[in-house]
Amino acid sequence: MSELKLMKGNEAVAEAAIRAGADAYFGYPITPQSEVLEYLMSEQPEKRTGMIVLQAESEVAAINMVYGAAGTGKRVMTSSSSPGISLKQEGISYIAGAELPCLIVNVVRGGPGLGTIQPSQADYFQSTKGGGHGDYRLIVLAPASVQEMSDFVKLGFELAFKYRNPVLMLSDGVIGQMMEKVELFDQQPRLDYFDPAWTTTGKTDDRGRNIITSLDLDPYLMEKHNQMLQAKYRKIEELEVRVEEIMIEDAEYIFVAYGSSARISQKAVELARAKGIKAGLLRPKTLFPFPKRIISELADRVKGFLSVEMSAGQMVEDVRLAVNGKVWVEHFGRYGGVVHSPNEVLDALENLIEKK
Amino acid sequence: MDIKDIIKPENKVYSKTSLMTDNALSYCPGCGHGTAHRIVMEVIEEMGIAHDTIGVAPVGCSVLAYDFMDIDMTQAAHGRAPAVATGIKRLWPDKFVFTYQGDGDLAAIGTAETIHACNRGENIVIIFVNNGIYGMTGGQMAPTTLGGMKSSTSPFGRDIGTMGNPIKMTELVANLPGVYFASRQAVHKPSNVRKAKKAIRQAFENQKEKKGLSIVEIVSNCNSGWKMAPVQSNIWMEENMFPYYPLGDIKVDDVILGK
Ligand SMILES: Cc1ncc(C[n+]2csc(CCOP(=O)(O)OP(=O)(O)O)c2C)c(N)n1
Ligand code: SF4
Repeated sequence: MSELKLMKGNEAVAEAAIRAGADAYFGYPITPQSEVLEYLMSEQPEKRTGMIVLQAESEVAAINMVYGAAGTGKRVMTSSSSPGISLKQEGISYIAGAELPCLIVNVVRGGPGLGTIQPSQADYFQSTKGGGHGDYRLIVLAPASVQEMSDFVKLGFELAFKYRNPVLMLSDGVIGQMMEKVELFDQQPRLDYFDPAWTTTGKTDDRGRNIITSLDLDPYLMEKHNQMLQAKYRKIEELEVRVEEIMIEDAEYIFVAYGSSARISQKAVELARAKGIKAGLLRPKTLFPFPKRIISELADRVKGFLSVEMSAGQMVEDVRLAVNGKVWVEHFGRYGGVVHSPNEVLDALENLIEKK
Repeated sequence: MDIKDIIKPENKVYSKTSLMTDNALSYCPGCGHGTAHRIVMEVIEEMGIAHDTIGVAPVGCSVLAYDFMDIDMTQAAHGRAPAVATGIKRLWPDKFVFTYQGDGDLAAIGTAETIHACNRGENIVIIFVNNGIYGMTGGQMAPTTLGGMKSSTSPFGRDIGTMGNPIKMTELVANLPGVYFASRQAVHKPSNVRKAKKAIRQAFENQKEKKGLSIVEIVSNCNSGWKMAPVQSNIWMEENMFPYYPLGDIKVDDVILGK
């Protein structure tokens, strides 16, 4: 039976990991996401499902533990916040190159550098454009509620295994720390099938050895491998776009926002409507794949887009690419750990309408 | 003896382990890596555990170890092999997991992963090939490069005052309670190969008995990086490397020898 609970976003991630039948979690503490590891340690999932939880010596070690375990076909994950995610980038690049499934959660805080422990959305570029070295993409899910912190763990593992690709859940300090009602999904079994085509579980008589690697010294073979990766990413772009549309049918102005900025922008839509401004919200739930086509089609009938992000303006570049000059596209956002208010968002829209 | 007699089965004195592939080794002629690979694979074959073993290859000259070792393998990022092995072993506690790493990989960039895997007592085997230099990238100074030893990044010899001391990693980790067995061997002579193989066998037996971490260091040559002919490099190794990195067991059955 599904179960209703009042939980923090970070706790919901941890509980959902156990329920999704995860085999292991490897992590290292960092604010504002330490509750994931703390919850898992106190919940003792080894007794509940057999799931392994290990506090690693660093984020570097944690992501490499994920790499090793993922190569054996297990359902494994890690979580961290911005500086820790930066440390994981080498490992993530290897995982993407070797085409392994796993889930990585980033509860974003303000940067650059050690920055602040307050919420931010300034890791958009890092998350959606690769992050580490080489030409690769992660599937990026953007939860906007504690409910989605739970649901996207399950979805994340499904997509990771469907495409043998790392999935990044791009959350932020607001969603991670706030408490909301969450409907937890039922316990799922842990995996007992390990695809003999690629997993390193020890070679058997009916299959040769398997090798997990991202290396090919022959540039022509490496180019082929890259082309295969790119074809996979195009397929993901074609099939996996997910959005939520709020009051968009008759909208003249569209807020594009994800995560906690989407929650704030939803309130700004209400405030705008009360003043007679026809505003709507497009909330990407997937940042890669990005809803390019949806935005491009909207651009044929609306007057302008405001990308609302807790950053100096990162996603706005993707909105602009999708709109391709048809109408205006601007950015609004407080950043460095400051969260904008719905009124600030509305003011930004009103100023733009006046100016344009 | 006629060639026909020589190749008769009853006259066979040696055959390559079936766990080494027929791929041409990518190592320089005279390099110790090939022999080290072979004895690891012989141990796995003799213990009958090939179907239950997962190896982790490093970044270094042995990055392509998986081309030669005919078992399931994962190639790890530079220095991260002990963490990768941890991830595998924690989820497959009944499989055999080992890493094969050079000194740059294990004792420089991967120091944290090495120490913490050892400290947690991960039930794995670490094969540590110490050739005192970065072979793969063309002979730069390693953490294990001897004082005064020349390399492409210490062209006037390693200056201990500014470049630090050569690190004795196996002694260092032997002090950690998670390490059950630590031994230092060589593979440049048949007698050494036999001893090294015995130590590797012991390491895998320990894993079978779930005793904790076993590390076998193999002091080896890098004739290319040292810019010496193979035979000369082995003599140089005996005269210079062995005094600083003395061969023999360091910790056996959880007890540090000579303490
Ligand atoms: C992150 C990273 N830094 C540097 C390198 C370049 N690199 C490749 S192998 C190597 C040194 C390997 O030396 P060692 O571990 O001693 O092995 P050997 O080649 O001597 O067997 C270095 C620095 C790399 N591949 N990745
Ligand atoms: S460079 Fe050195 S370590 Fe590498 S294969 Fe050649 S001799 Fe061996």
